[in-house]
Amino acid sequence: MGDITLLEFLSLGRRVEGHRPWPRFALDLRGWRQLIDHLRVAEWSVMAEWAERSEIHVALRDEASGDIAVASHRCDDRRFLALGNVRPGVIRIERAIHDVWGLTPVGLEDRRHWLDHGRWPSRMPLAAQPMAPSAEPDRYPFLQAVGDGLHQIPVGPVHAGVIEPGHFRFHCQGEAVVRLEQRLGYQHKGIEGLLQGAPLDKAARIVARVSGDSTVAYSLAFARAVEAATGCEVPARAHWLRGVMAEMERVANHVFDIGAVCNDAAFAVMLSHMGVLREKVLRANDVLFGHRLNMDRIVPGGVSLDLSDEGVEALKHLLYGFGKLLEQGYQLYENTPSLSDRTVSTGIVQTSLIHRFGAGGFVGRASGRGHDARETPSYPPYDKLDMTVPVLTEGDVNARVLVRFAEAKESLHLINRMLHEMPEGAVRVPLPEVAGEGMGVAESFRGEVVVWLRLGADHVVERCHPHDPSWFQWPLLEAAIEGNIVADFPLCNKSFNCSYSGHDL
Amino acid sequence: MIPPIAKILARHLLKGPHTMKDAPRPDPNGVEELAEALGRRARARLGRSLSIREVDAGSCNGCELEIHAVNHPIYDLERFGIRFVASPRHADVLLVTGPVTRNMEEALRRTVEATPEPRWIVAMGDCGKDGGCFAGSYAVVGGVSDVVPVDLHIPGCPPSPRQILAGLLALLETVDQK
Repeated sequence: MGDITLLEFLSLGRRVEGHRPWPRFALDLRGWRQLIDHLRVAEWSVMAEWAERSEIHVALRDEASGDIAVASHRCDDRRFLALGNVRPGVIRIERAIHDVWGLTPVGLEDRRHWLDHGRWPSRMPLAAQPMAPSAEPDRYPFLQAVGDGLHQIPVGPVHAGVIEPGHFRFHCQGEAVVRLEQRLGYQHKGIEGLLQGAPLDKAARIVARVSGDSTVAYSLAFARAVEAATGCEVPARAHWLRGVMAEMERVANHVFDIGAVCNDAAFAVMLSHMGVLREKVLRANDVLFGHRLNMDRIVPGGVSLDLSDEGVEALKHLLYGFGKLLEQGYQLYENTPSLSDRTVSTGIVQTSLIHRFGAGGFVGRASGRGHDARETPSYPPYDKLDMTVPVLTEGDVNARVLVRFAEAKESLHLINRMLHEMPEGAVRVPLPEVAGEGMGVAESFRGEVVVWLRLGADHVVERCHPHDPSWFQWPLLEAAIEGNIVADFPLCNKSFNCSYSGHDL
Repeated sequence: MIPPIAKILARHLLKGPHTMKDAPRPDPNGVEELAEALGRRARARLGRSLSIREVDAGSCNGCELEIHAVNHPIYDLERFGIRFVASPRHADVLLVTGPVTRNMEEALRRTVEATPEPRWIVAMGDCGKDGGCFAGSYAVVGGVSDVVPVDLHIPGCPPSPRQILAGLLALLETVDQK
């Protein structure tokens, strides 16, 4: 044990045909138990975990070789051995699986409901036999902190300003936060239920709205999963157009969040400056692709519309002025000591925790974990572009802001390269009428989005799971705030900017 | 060395605010005219203080992004005295987004109860109208009007800042007729 690679280990199971582009293996109970043992020591990270009525799936990546594979385990008795004890990032996922699919994670200490607030018409709504709702009112036992002079501050679900709903329970001693516990699930829309049996175009629309700020990344991951499942070859130009849209989305989100973090430190001029930059990107999107957020522009088989030559010229013009304004914002951030006073050494996340939870995106990169799906496993057009992924190790609010600045700059550079090297040709092809299973990965501004689906021959989605990077980032926010003062929570929260909607599904 | 903030402020003083320079192409429904009309009516009815509390009852966050845009210097809603506030107790208008999820149903009702009369409720986005593409799910009640009385819908997925401005104008007309 120890030296075995992920693929070597999984090949002990039965390989499932028709799963692309990475293999899927079915493990029996013994195999699943061994998998958990290996996960204790091996450098395999969990990319996503999801369930069906009587089967559990986990997507894994071998960090040494970059190999990706899905491990599946049939559990006809509706119980499975939990991975949460060896991979704490999936504890909430397994609690959610129990709430929605009715599969019990055996060995998991935390058995509280996660998505189910006791308000649905049935319990375990997607299980083979949903149960009647409980007559008891919903009570959520928050974890306690015990000691002299402790008090609680409950916040939410309707909280702060223009923001999604969530509940935060602070245990404080004076100003200092002793413990923060989140309770989410308010945004749960039953997306996995809606996707079952949906025709492809409807499913694409829904997946594009799992998390509105990452709509391009979700559409891209979904399209790549469908194309993998059907064996569809997308024209080259479509890949490059997708890349342009994805980078535009990254820039828009990063600049806005930088402004918002500074605003939470009472430095409103930065929010105004960055708000103007964001609007420039959104207007460019509107002119170039006909939607400010590029919703529904990436479709299975390509993209829904082409970019004109005038559009390319207009975009180059925008990029020139944009880079200079972004640099001004950076100078302003770096040279304002009152701002640094709030962001430096605030909300630190330890590198060891980042690795344990497998957190990606700027949250991971600010704490020394440089994973980026554009590099590993990589996908077009990034496989033909050189790119640098900024990595810092401080892990504080400041580091997360600086990583975002660096990423935004890099994105401008990438868009420029893509515009110059974009090939001519078609932008969309029809999908082959075949069934299959596929997995798609795309790097959103937050981190890696994973979409897995099983498609019938009539192009009806039999099962689809969209996985948001926030699953592995939300728990780290609880760790980041510990020991900080309550007033710094907005700074920490915004510097993470985890998705509520994507996480709640 | 001149501090960067001084440079930025000086540039804005010399060149004027973004609001003027980057206004959209002039057209009859342009944001300037729209925003001016909105400002006049808001003043006539409620002085210079129309306060909006945004409530996300289950949206994908797309609507919130565009609400943020309305607050930015380019659209700058606050110059007309319309502002977003942090508490429903300070609000005249609740701007509700998203299909109402079952987990948010009670929170939405309670937020409405916490808003003093006279109050108006605006449902925003296609989801807010009838649940949009999330309608029919076990976890979704439906549109905002399925839970609380709605005075106005602002359509779009998500509505553009211009549509949001137009929607708030329509709200004021509705209010005048009451």
